[in-house]
Amino acid sequence: MSDPFLHNLLSIEDLGEEGIAKVIALADVFAEVNKRAIPKVPALRGKTVALAFFEDSTRTRLSFETAARRLSADTITLGKTGSSLNKGESIRDTVRTLEAIGADCLVIRHPCAGVPEQVARWTNISVVNAGDGWHEHPTQALIDCYTLVNMRRLGWPEEDVTGNSRTSESLGSQGESPSPREHAPEELPLRGIKIGIVGDIKHSRVARSDSIAFSRLGAQVVLVSTPPLLPTSLSFWPVEVVHDLDSVIGDLDVLYLLRIQTERGGGRVIPTLREYSLLYALNSSRRALLPRHALIMHPGPVNRGVEVSYDLVDAPSSLVLKQVANGVPIRMAVLYMLLAASGGLQLDSDASLSTAMTHVETGEWMAYSEDTEHRSSGSSTPSVSGQAGERAGV
Amino acid sequence: MVLRLPLFLVRQVNEPVSEVLIRGGTVVDSTGTKRADVLISGRRVSAVEEGILPPKGVLVLEADGCIVSPGLVDLHAHLREPGMEEAESIETATRQAALGGYTAVVAMPNTNPPIDSAAVVREVREIAKHAMAEVVPAGAITHARAGERLAPMAEMAKLGVTMFTDDGDPLQDPQLMRLALEYSVGLGVTIAQHCEDRFLANGGLVHEGAWSSKLGLPGVPSVAEETMVSRDILLAKVTGGRLHLLHLSTAGSIDLLVKAKKEGVTVSAEVTPHHISLTDASLVGYDPVFKVNPPLRDRRDVVALHQGLSSSVIDAIATDHAPHPPESKEVPFDQAAWGMIGLQTALAVALTVMGKKELPHVKDAAIDPSSFRSPGSSTGAGGDLVISSNVIGGQSVSPTRGAQIQVASPEQQLSFPELLSLMSWKPARIARLFPRHGGPVERGAWANLCVIDPYAKWTVEANDLASKSRNTPFNGMELMGKVRHTLFMGDPVVIDGIAQR
Repeated sequence: MSDPFLHNLLSIEDLGEEGIAKVIALADVFAEVNKRAIPKVPALRGKTVALAFFEDSTRTRLSFETAARRLSADTITLGKTGSSLNKGESIRDTVRTLEAIGADCLVIRHPCAGVPEQVARWTNISVVNAGDGWHEHPTQALIDCYTLVNMRRLGWPEEDVTGNSRTSESLGSQGESPSPREHAPEELPLRGIKIGIVGDIKHSRVARSDSIAFSRLGAQVVLVSTPPLLPTSLSFWPVEVVHDLDSVIGDLDVLYLLRIQTERGGGRVIPTLREYSLLYALNSSRRALLPRHALIMHPGPVNRGVEVSYDLVDAPSSLVLKQVANGVPIRMAVLYMLLAASGGLQLDSDASLSTAMTHVETGEWMAYSEDTEHRSSGSSTPSVSGQAGERAGV
Repeated sequence: MVLRLPLFLVRQVNEPVSEVLIRGGTVVDSTGTKRADVLISGRRVSAVEEGILPPKGVLVLEADGCIVSPGLVDLHAHLREPGMEEAESIETATRQAALGGYTAVVAMPNTNPPIDSAAVVREVREIAKHAMAEVVPAGAITHARAGERLAPMAEMAKLGVTMFTDDGDPLQDPQLMRLALEYSVGLGVTIAQHCEDRFLANGGLVHEGAWSSKLGLPGVPSVAEETMVSRDILLAKVTGGRLHLLHLSTAGSIDLLVKAKKEGVTVSAEVTPHHISLTDASLVGYDPVFKVNPPLRDRRDVVALHQGLSSSVIDAIATDHAPHPPESKEVPFDQAAWGMIGLQTALAVALTVMGKKELPHVKDAAIDPSSFRSPGSSTGAGGDLVISSNVIGGQSVSPTRGAQIQVASPEQQLSFPELLSLMSWKPARIARLFPRHGGPVERGAWANLCVIDPYAKWTVEANDLASKSRNTPFNGMELMGKVRHTLFMGDPVVIDGIAQR
């Protein structure tokens, strides 16, 4: 957006379409690292990533932690229990304590919307929103974009990537599906794709971040839900709305399912979970209405039998585990962007991306081993000594 | 009308200087506007005429280019004492009141203990004995403000309490509300309601609309307020009780009020400075300083409030001054306390938003009106002053980002007498303080007065306000209109913008 330096990732709107493309390009680099026998690079050695999760999380916390460690950062973890918050310390003081201890970055999840934004005002260290109330979950949106862009690179939807090829000829001329690095900026990587986000939209931070990110990348987003599970006003949302899933399901390239957020009051809205399934679940009869090439996504955790029938989670057209797997390289990319590039990633230049590429291509980021000390003392690797001066200057 | 003067008016300390002359101003009151000096002897006004020669030993307060008005009356302030003195005290609240031009404030009963018995009424009066403005306790409608059974209203009414409310915890039970209104008829008091149906509000934190949907914060729908406005108007109609609607915030509420007044229901209503000046776009940065109940609404609602003020259907501007210490505001939005302070900024916000940019008679004064003109402002055909648009912003209806003061359109703007009526004599009548407060500035009147420099520009600095708390939504904003002097029962409690104690 307007600020060329990204210091925090609080909303997916902090990244323009170019920013998203840059994260995806970086994620490619780290996906390659993840395939190595020893998937670890010293890029953030000496950095400390604090993980403060004030709400339950499995995949987000684990993948952020994995991502930080694969970049050789140290992690410190703070939960809703076992911290001084239970002794009456405020979040503000807790965050300042983390900063004083020497954390370089705070990854925060909180049940109330806006907490990452407030925290970013109280601290100088980088803040990453790992989910705040109903508001946003920007790294999930990046994961979902990355997952779909990867499918396009494989030739989907024209090519048979799931065992079902698309019969329609309606898509544009992107069959070549160049990688985003080769994309001309005006060619949006998800152009021509229609994505239906189905279920409890109102209480879903994933729906908020995803609708912005998908439409930034050129996709058409349709929200499918019943009015009480939709936001009251959609004037800031780049989407269209449909109440009847069956009326639109035949046009979808991607069916993005959401969990009903019973812990946020979603359960009160629909009389029974059976009724929710009746209206919005993906079952085999509804699968038959979905185009053969269409993909199924879900941010997890999946409630099998509620929003999607048991078998379809594991069907070839389901991207659920790919989404989870992509969590690590995407979060490595985000942490690298915020912490390795001095003062944050410069979104309007390719500097940090090319640095990262150089590191990989010249073998400077070798598998982590005994001689890493020696290798990382090279000038271009973001090393402890290289960062010390900058940190002292903060 | 029988005037009940509280005991504290017999003061032992801080005896006022015997004579004060307010010189060179334009007197604006409920009877009209005229150029006049005002001489105060003791606690009362002794002369109002042009060119009074200062008697020997008199304190002269200059009022060139200023308005001399009856003191302002706030129908709605949370003074936090007794019980929450870390947020505010009667002393600090009334100092702000004096600095804001108020000579009387109605103290809301949600203290600890609440003002739900004669004993607490007496205690508040006792603490307020030496305050810088008259503190007028409002009583709770129900015992402990719990909404379950009536508080001893008659006992409190006997001590002079004229307004009863469970503000902050709106009375939900319709049967109890009917009972309170019926009972109030016999006592000749007013029932004031914070209109909010708690079921429809459903735990919402901000106005339900475009911004709540964007920010992912649970919304309070307008209908939560309007349902209650509608219900209570119906109950006031069947009981004949006198109903005051606190801090109305939605266009729908104003429509209901218009209809009720047409039907002759005995209902009055107030709006706050923040609801007429700010929209829910202020919430963009999730700063809990903008968390208030009722919530800041959208631009259409703000315009409807401007319309309601300009058509006189709304009776008063009241602050809902609600101080909170920083530790109650620097927390996640859902945990943050509701409310904002306002006593010291109310008049300036009202003038900035609603004031017609002209001052009759200023041109007759011995000053150059052009010296009041702000840079970039334009003058109308009659040489009238126009507030420059850089103060303003947000004239458009499109969604704007961030906190910006929404200025009323020119046809909705009010003259100074109209505006001051909403902040002085009309609320004074609602609180039964007229004419001790809000009465005409004439020989023999109680000397509760304020002197306003209507075109003085100033920037709000939260740290410079006299509150113990800093939760003003106007921090850093430029406002127009400043209180220069305030006299409370003849005592010049504020001189040249400086509190005298």
